[in-house]
Amino acid sequence: MYKYDQYDQQMVDTRVAEFRDQVRRRLDGDLTEDQFRPLRLQNGLYLQLHAYMLRVAVPYGTLNSAQMTMLGDIADKYDRGYGHFTTRQNIQYNWIKLEDTPDILADLASVEMHAIQTSGNCIRNISSDQYAGAAADEIVDPRPYAELLRQWSSFHPEFLTLPRKFKIAVIASETDRAAMKLHDIGIKMVRNDAGEIGAQFYVGGGMGRTPMIGPMIREFVPLDQLITYSEACLRVYNRYGRRDNKYKARIKILVHELGKEEYTRQVEEEFRHLLSQGVEPPLAELERIGQYFADPAYETGLSDELDLSDPDFRLWVERNCHAHKQAGYIIATVSLKPVGGIPGDASADQIRLMARIAKDYSFDELRVTHAQNIVFPHIRKVDLYAIWQKLDEAGLGTANLDTVGDIIACPGLDYCSLANARSIPVAQKISERFGSPQKQAELGELKLKISGCINACGHHHAGHIGILGVDRKGVENYQLLLGGCEGADTSLGKITGPGFDEDGIVDAVEKATKVYLANKQGEERFLDTYRRIGMEPFKEAIYG
Amino acid sequence: MVEVQFRFRDDEAVNDPAVTVGTFAEQTNATAVRIEPGDDARDLIPYLDRLRLIEVNFPAWTDGRGYSSARVLREAGFDGELRAVGDVVIDMLSHLKRCGFDAFAPDHALNPADAEAAFARWDNVYQATADGRKPVWALRHQS
Repeated sequence: MYKYDQYDQQMVDTRVAEFRDQVRRRLDGDLTEDQFRPLRLQNGLYLQLHAYMLRVAVPYGTLNSAQMTMLGDIADKYDRGYGHFTTRQNIQYNWIKLEDTPDILADLASVEMHAIQTSGNCIRNISSDQYAGAAADEIVDPRPYAELLRQWSSFHPEFLTLPRKFKIAVIASETDRAAMKLHDIGIKMVRNDAGEIGAQFYVGGGMGRTPMIGPMIREFVPLDQLITYSEACLRVYNRYGRRDNKYKARIKILVHELGKEEYTRQVEEEFRHLLSQGVEPPLAELERIGQYFADPAYETGLSDELDLSDPDFRLWVERNCHAHKQAGYIIATVSLKPVGGIPGDASADQIRLMARIAKDYSFDELRVTHAQNIVFPHIRKVDLYAIWQKLDEAGLGTANLDTVGDIIACPGLDYCSLANARSIPVAQKISERFGSPQKQAELGELKLKISGCINACGHHHAGHIGILGVDRKGVENYQLLLGGCEGADTSLGKITGPGFDEDGIVDAVEKATKVYLANKQGEERFLDTYRRIGMEPFKEAIYG
Repeated sequence: MVEVQFRFRDDEAVNDPAVTVGTFAEQTNATAVRIEPGDDARDLIPYLDRLRLIEVNFPAWTDGRGYSSARVLREAGFDGELRAVGDVVIDMLSHLKRCGFDAFAPDHALNPADAEAAFARWDNVYQATADGRKPVWALRHQS
């Protein structure tokens, strides 16, 4: 994975010094909270219901074991012994003291990490496919392009005060594991007819209160124009994105209001101008970055056999493991969704255990997924059983990846100052209702996502089953959505009808699953059955 | 008139009164103009050679349109004074300078020591912009 050189290190060190200075000015009273807010936000520091929350960047979701260990140590030293992995492949801490934050950033900088632009109206952490570099189906590792974009977007002087936040995802396979079309810019690395690698641009997707699937605006951007094209997309947005209403300020609204053709025309015009401005790094820079993402030293001649005689292990392998491009290896995902647990939470000890396993067994690498789980990308199959035993002992052996128990949920009203309703208790109740391995096996792949307000941090629009918490006359109320999907066939969920209270929504989810089981044909997933039979049978069962 | 607190130019101070973009087109003798966030800086490109000063107003520092205006003007070849006015705060200074501003007239005078530290903050930069500084990628690959 990428390693900082002297320049990268200097950038994060300078940021620590700058932020330390900003905190000093705040504590001295030179800055009011109103003046400080945009500054702390650009450094991932939120003021939540009970305390400050610090969001730490995990660029494109990739970590080494020293970084993961530090994340565990920070949880112990500055928080209450937990970290919360997020839907943008980051980690956040919910119980932070303002005066500690400069020291936390200094600790992070010591392992080449930071919290730069993890919130605020700027370009956020670049996300990517959690199986990058290991997946059998990718045409190229997307992470070198994500790293190039990370450097370009860090402290970009023109784009630090955009109309609204800006999220970019980069993928490189047909199977979209990063919800690419639901980003402000989604980039899919592709190969053209001449065999060259380039970038396909999708602009103006997003979730939030007005969910939109990003349209493709450019089929192929050559690698030596990637930054220039991105800069053109951003400049048009910075100049013309709406600033009169923060709910209409995301780029999706601009693209929608101008129309894809007019937005594209303006981008292409800006792009032609910028080509002469020398903003593009040389291809040698991409090659330099790419060297850090070369394959690890895989052993050859390893067996692909797995002893699956332990039924619990067998279930975990079937559910949580994924084909690796290298014979003898496998990709293993640790579910952070134990029955009745808080989705995405891990204790400091669990975080350090995963770090040790990565160091000993996975070429020192881990990944955070947007579904709030952790991946060991390169495991020898011969080691898999021993690893699973260690994980299981630590409460990390849950076999429920992509099933109804693998719930994405935002922190909700338990922590978040924007939320209208709690998400975590609903996730816990659903995970308990469907907790048995039999039920999960019966229901198969079923992605369930919960947001505690219309900002949609819990991706409810993209859940096969989505749940949206709203405030109805001072009472928490939950709406049910069906048919969302974030993959290559991205679709947005539709609301079934009137909402429910906390227990009612759990019952409604169960009724929906019964409709699926009664109508399922062959190997159909919940989503397939829904798409075939439509909303009506579900409505009848839920409200009839 | 608000005072220029920081200026990074060797030429003589410009005190010409700035007119709005709307009236500028009619006042063929105007040599200074003020851009508001909603104005299109490109409208000025045909007149750059007669302009000595362009003020870019930031009614609120969190409205970042002025950064793009500045780069658009510098990329079009404007080499007169580009002055940031309005709600200009310490934490913007180095970014404004990177986008081509070379004079700063904040509504409220800034702490000189904090401002000096802010201008000098970044030894290196990741992007090529109007300030001509060599970005990190150029330093990495210079032969």
